[in-house]
Amino acid sequence: MTDVSETVPVALTTRKDWSSDQEVRWCPGCGDYSILSAVQTLMPDLGVRRESTVFLSGIGCAARFPYYMDTYGMHSIHGRAPAIATGLATTRPDLDVWVVTGDGDALSIGGNHLIHALRRNVNITILLFNNQIYGLTKGQYSPTSEVAKVTKSTPFGSLEHPFNPLSLALGAEAGFVARTHDMDRKHMMETFRRAHAHKGASFVEIYQNCNVFNDGAFEQITGKDNRADMLIPLMHGEPIRFGSEGQFGVIMDPDGSVKVVEVATVGEAALLVHDEHLENPGLAFQLSRLSRGPYEPTPIGVFRDVDHDEYGQQMAEQIDAATERRGPGDFAALLRSGSSWTVS
Amino acid sequence: MPDTTIDPTSPHLIDRVVIRFAGDSGDGMQLAGDRFTTSSALFGNDLATFPDFPAEIRAPAGTLAGVSAFQVHISDHTISTPGDAPNVLVAMNPAALRANVSSLPQGATIIVNSDAFDERNLHKAGYDVDPLGDGSLSAFSVYEVPMTSITTESSKELGVKPRDAERSKNFFALGLISWLYTRPVEPTLEWITEKYAGKELVKEANLRAFKAGYHFGDTAELFESSYEVKPAVLEPGEYANVTGNTATAWGLVAASITSGLPLFLGTYPITPASDILHELSKHKHFGIRTFQAEDEISGIGAALGAAYGGALGVTTTSGPGLDLKAEMMGLAISLELPLIIIDVQRGGPSTGLPTKTEQADLLHAMYGRHGEAPMPIIAARTPSHCFDATVEAVRIAVKYRTPVILLSDGYLANGTEPWKLPELADQPAIDPDFATGPNHVLDDGTEVFWPFLRDPETLARPWAPPGLAGLEHRIGGLEKADGSGSVAYDGANHEHMSRLRAAKIAGIAADIPPTDVDDEEGARVLVIGWGSTYGAIAAGVQRVRARGHKVAQAHLVHLNPFPADLGDVLKRYDKVLVPEVNLGQLSRLLRAEYLVDAQSLTQVSGIPFRAASMESALLELIEESADSGSATEEGSD
Repeated sequence: MTDVSETVPVALTTRKDWSSDQEVRWCPGCGDYSILSAVQTLMPDLGVRRESTVFLSGIGCAARFPYYMDTYGMHSIHGRAPAIATGLATTRPDLDVWVVTGDGDALSIGGNHLIHALRRNVNITILLFNNQIYGLTKGQYSPTSEVAKVTKSTPFGSLEHPFNPLSLALGAEAGFVARTHDMDRKHMMETFRRAHAHKGASFVEIYQNCNVFNDGAFEQITGKDNRADMLIPLMHGEPIRFGSEGQFGVIMDPDGSVKVVEVATVGEAALLVHDEHLENPGLAFQLSRLSRGPYEPTPIGVFRDVDHDEYGQQMAEQIDAATERRGPGDFAALLRSGSSWTVS
Repeated sequence: MPDTTIDPTSPHLIDRVVIRFAGDSGDGMQLAGDRFTTSSALFGNDLATFPDFPAEIRAPAGTLAGVSAFQVHISDHTISTPGDAPNVLVAMNPAALRANVSSLPQGATIIVNSDAFDERNLHKAGYDVDPLGDGSLSAFSVYEVPMTSITTESSKELGVKPRDAERSKNFFALGLISWLYTRPVEPTLEWITEKYAGKELVKEANLRAFKAGYHFGDTAELFESSYEVKPAVLEPGEYANVTGNTATAWGLVAASITSGLPLFLGTYPITPASDILHELSKHKHFGIRTFQAEDEISGIGAALGAAYGGALGVTTTSGPGLDLKAEMMGLAISLELPLIIIDVQRGGPSTGLPTKTEQADLLHAMYGRHGEAPMPIIAARTPSHCFDATVEAVRIAVKYRTPVILLSDGYLANGTEPWKLPELADQPAIDPDFATGPNHVLDDGTEVFWPFLRDPETLARPWAPPGLAGLEHRIGGLEKADGSGSVAYDGANHEHMSRLRAAKIAGIAADIPPTDVDDEEGARVLVIGWGSTYGAIAAGVQRVRARGHKVAQAHLVHLNPFPADLGDVLKRYDKVLVPEVNLGQLSRLLRAEYLVDAQSLTQVSGIPFRAASMESALLELIEESADSGSATEEGSD
């Protein structure tokens, strides 16, 4: 394929240019609308081309996302978008590849593909819409649902301990890991911008409200009146501090775990200073486990941002090195690479 | 009858011989067989090989389960099978003898490593009494050669430890058989020298063992004579001896070059398909990307992603992997993107017989997806034909924007035959014909790109990888409206699209050659096969004809769609025999499609058909056909 990026300047676009002609069919009031809006509003700012942008998805409510973006896009099968994205991103380094997924899609049926795409560091940006419920199949518990959740498939309460998506991504050694939520467009845009700018696999968890099957799941932390005391904005190089009057902070205990404290008690100097760029994922991992669920103070923002070699680029480099060493492939020579003989 | 013309100093000429090297998995029998094959190929014989090894890498030494064998058939004329039964068995231990003796015809030669016939090994092989001494082998010519001790002795002065020295005994066996069949020794000596360069002790020990074996044959006066199989008359040209897996890999490279599509292989290691990955991963300078995925699903998923991006997307697998890939194949059918799925079949169900051959995935390839999900199927028939079959699979996939299944099997994958090397210029043209701009004008005059607007002749949709401005579009697994490609749930459209997808695949029949029938005037019996049974069927047909009977043979490469004339061909014969290494799959398809009384000849024992079983089945049918023919004539009187 011809890469046009060298020759044609990026056209100025508006949000409208990134919106397809398809009618958006999520339930009225769904958190997905605000995520779509944040992405569509952000795209003109990124200085990227519509024709070089691809949205891939699996199955679920979130997976309808590509239909609404006027870019290239594929709505594939359940859980497999990271696998498809791996083939696309490694063969087409000129493209911006986004994967839109949900908690069931990414963490249940597609868990294997997710962790391997992250560990290989494929150059893709993964947006995980976490609503802690199965929406499209009408309300069964998901791998991020809290223990004892009563749903259609668990009338006596679910028995399963939920995944912590960020801990999982960090365990797979993802280079970029962040969290945002559907009630704050500005924060979403800033987080998506950072995720897009990161070379390699980027993972963003978005707390997203499903107003039909799990309404208010994040209300205790993302509600307008609750945010100040319940969301902990992570800022690189800054002491981790939150609260309507900055009265709370985070410190690290001698055992390496982190906890919320009152600043007045420990003193400002004791607060943990956030560092996104630590090679050791330990700090990011501890922060990902600071909150046990969306009812305790929960960090948002970029947990980790470190650069590692990107998979597709390494693949290309192997090809270049082999070509330099052996010259471009010669088919006649390939056929004669074992023993060959002539019959006259 | 004694042949009085033998000059004891010169080799006895024979037209063909089948040799089976058998030993423990760790004895290096595959290597010995492979080297014997190579020197025979370089010598100019026609040949066919059949490696036969257990699934375990190292089963317990000395046991029947651990026996690994390599059968090679060399000949001075064209042959098509590795031979029904060995004329010569090389048995490196009692287990190798016991596992193979029942397949030997009377009068066969058995050469045993007598050093290995101790009480312990005899016991492990299940012998209460030493078969070398109890007369049970009296139907054969048995030669007892102390291979281990001569091998160890030959490298004694090198200072090699006896346990290491013993490991060269496969080269001793190879040397002995090379003498017995008058093989040129230089290719093997050169190969050892090159292969073990840098490992001086190993190299020298192997060279000495090989020479010791060769000289033993010459000087021991154990054998009455050596034998010679003259070169076969092959079409002039350059040849190489290839396995099916190598030919498949090279076919992908060729198709990548002729189409201009960069090759992307997404796959997960599985026996017996992994060698395709191994081969392609060596040739990155062709711009090839090989991706060892986390699982079978990711392998095909990444291949589909690559195809979406405008690459030649390929996945390779065997039975259990094919099961897992079914959903992604359905997506590829719905997206109408080119994709190659190579299934190197093995014994099933489940893990089944990983290293043994079978042809039982045909109906899976044909029907193994939910919904109406038709897909072209191509089957390779010999190791070298894997090359042509692969190129054909790519041609169809690209031209018709469809996933294609290529069926190979364990026998083709590991078997070899001499192959006249093809020219790239003779390969069919494959034009990706990417979309270049809008293809439709809306009522208001706007030019748009419709991803599902079809070529009226092929019914193929445009292939528009991301990157071109103005062609941005969304595709997916939901049913889409014909033309615009927008999500469409209405029944009439689904009916239309289902029939369109079926018609597109069925229409390929107009683009493939008619049924290739090797007919004989007056033949009333047709034998029709597919895949790796080709060699055995051809050999069976040859034998039947040599007995003066008439029989026609056809072999299908295209299994979906079938060649357009297949129904007419089948109806020309009184009897149709369908030999398959399954319980009757093509026969069902033929019966269902053409309402013919196709008769099955089936076998699922993990090994290819023997020419002899083909021969007897054909003779029986010919007889039946003659009987029923005369009955009809009587009736009409």
